[in-house]
Amino acid sequence: MVRLERVTRRFGAGTVALAGIDAAIGRGEFVALLGPSGCGKSTLLRLLAGLDAPDAGLLAWEGGAAPGAGEIGFVFQDATLLPWASAARNVHLPLRLAGRRFEGDAALVHGLLARLGLAGFEDAKPAALSGGMRMRVAIARALVSRPRLLLMDEPFAALDEFTRNRLQDDLLALWRETGSTIVFVTHSIYEAAYLASRIVVMTPRPGRIAAEIASPLAAGGDRRTDPAYAALVREVTQTLRAVMPA
Amino acid sequence: MSRAERYAPVVFGLAALALWQGLVIGLRVKPYVLPGPAAIVAAFWADRGSLLLSLVSTLAVTGAALLAAALLGMALALAMAASRLARAAIQPWAVVLQVTPVVAIAPLIIIWVHQQFAAMVVCATIVAFFPVLSNTAAGLAATPPELADLFRLNGASRWQTLALLRLPSALPFFLAGLRIAGTLALVGAVVAEFVASSGGFAGGLAGRILEAGYRLEIPRMFAALTLLALTGIVIYAALGAVERGMLRRFGAGGRDARGGA
Repeated sequence: MVRLERVTRRFGAGTVALAGIDAAIGRGEFVALLGPSGCGKSTLLRLLAGLDAPDAGLLAWEGGAAPGAGEIGFVFQDATLLPWASAARNVHLPLRLAGRRFEGDAALVHGLLARLGLAGFEDAKPAALSGGMRMRVAIARALVSRPRLLLMDEPFAALDEFTRNRLQDDLLALWRETGSTIVFVTHSIYEAAYLASRIVVMTPRPGRIAAEIASPLAAGGDRRTDPAYAALVREVTQTLRAVMPA
Repeated sequence: MSRAERYAPVVFGLAALALWQGLVIGLRVKPYVLPGPAAIVAAFWADRGSLLLSLVSTLAVTGAALLAAALLGMALALAMAASRLARAAIQPWAVVLQVTPVVAIAPLIIIWVHQQFAAMVVCATIVAFFPVLSNTAAGLAATPPELADLFRLNGASRWQTLALLRLPSALPFFLAGLRIAGTLALVGAVVAEFVASSGGFAGGLAGRILEAGYRLEIPRMFAALTLLALTGIVIYAALGAVERGMLRRFGAGGRDARGGA
């Protein structure tokens, strides 16, 4: 879908956030960008979204053109919903910005909310929803315009473990169902190992790709209790230990 | 809040009034030095027609100034949010207007603006617009960056970002500024009336206060003062109610637009 060639991004004098990143993201992949704080994961995500531009190197998109308006879905660490708008109106926002009226898209929006377990909460304001529910609304909002690429920046980091596990399961199911392409930033080894079809390990300052690990986990079954999952967590942990500066 | 706490201010106020009345009677204080509450109420009742008429005049100036302050503050804040050049150009002059005492500018304005009502509205607007401007500007600048990114990703126009994100986000800030502006508009209106009265203007509660002062009708002076204080409280409470009502309609309000996870 997109190939990154020697992508470099500096901030101010001397801070090199990304130093010569070479990577490729294939259609239908679920890529986890894993690394500690300050390794440039979020910067890389913003470059993919087109919210930021590299100082050197290039992003080569399949088909030539970078994604346009509504072709990238983005989920932030906080749900960042409009507090004055209902769940349904929040989900509809990307379509509204494309000039569409809510009435025409109501069925689509309600269906998406129901798919994310929020049937009956269409008219609820964000303040009336729990943290996990707000994140579900944010995911529905990111999917409503059927984006080519879904970018997620530590979306579950602020949630409790039970809520996080359920959202991870639902996200995996959604990915399998829709075949969408996801790039997911996380600093959790367990989350990366559980979700991703490929884990990209990054080192901090300057941000570099240290290793790439393909997931051996089967598509179905209970991943959490799968011995292959434990083995993958061990492999990722050892890789991180080997590449992290002391 | 318990029942006792709710009634405490009323009971305290009544007790203070009773003590005041008791001391005035007991110490035989002359009413032209300090009238008791009963004399003030009597003076208000005797003069209710002219006092209420003056209140209407003061309220007209206050209301017009508040409206002008809201529009002017909002317009300037929008200009400042839209362009850094406009911000650089406007901000220092807004501060200059804010720090110059209106009493000092008022005579000039009353000379320049011949129509008396308009002149007083201009004075009161100068006092009142700054909190609207600074609060709205702060609100427009406090848009969560993630939401601004989201709008960019979806190709939002400047107008869409303003109407669907920045203005609603700034609403709680604007309303808080408006509440402060309401009481300041009253202050500005009274100051303008004082200054205008030296040029022969006799309307407004300030006119009644001056007039009562010249005639040493101290109870009447207190009656006008009390009316003024009550008006300030009512304006503050009314704008507070507007603020709460609007914020309830608009959900939690823009201040926690980050939402949390």
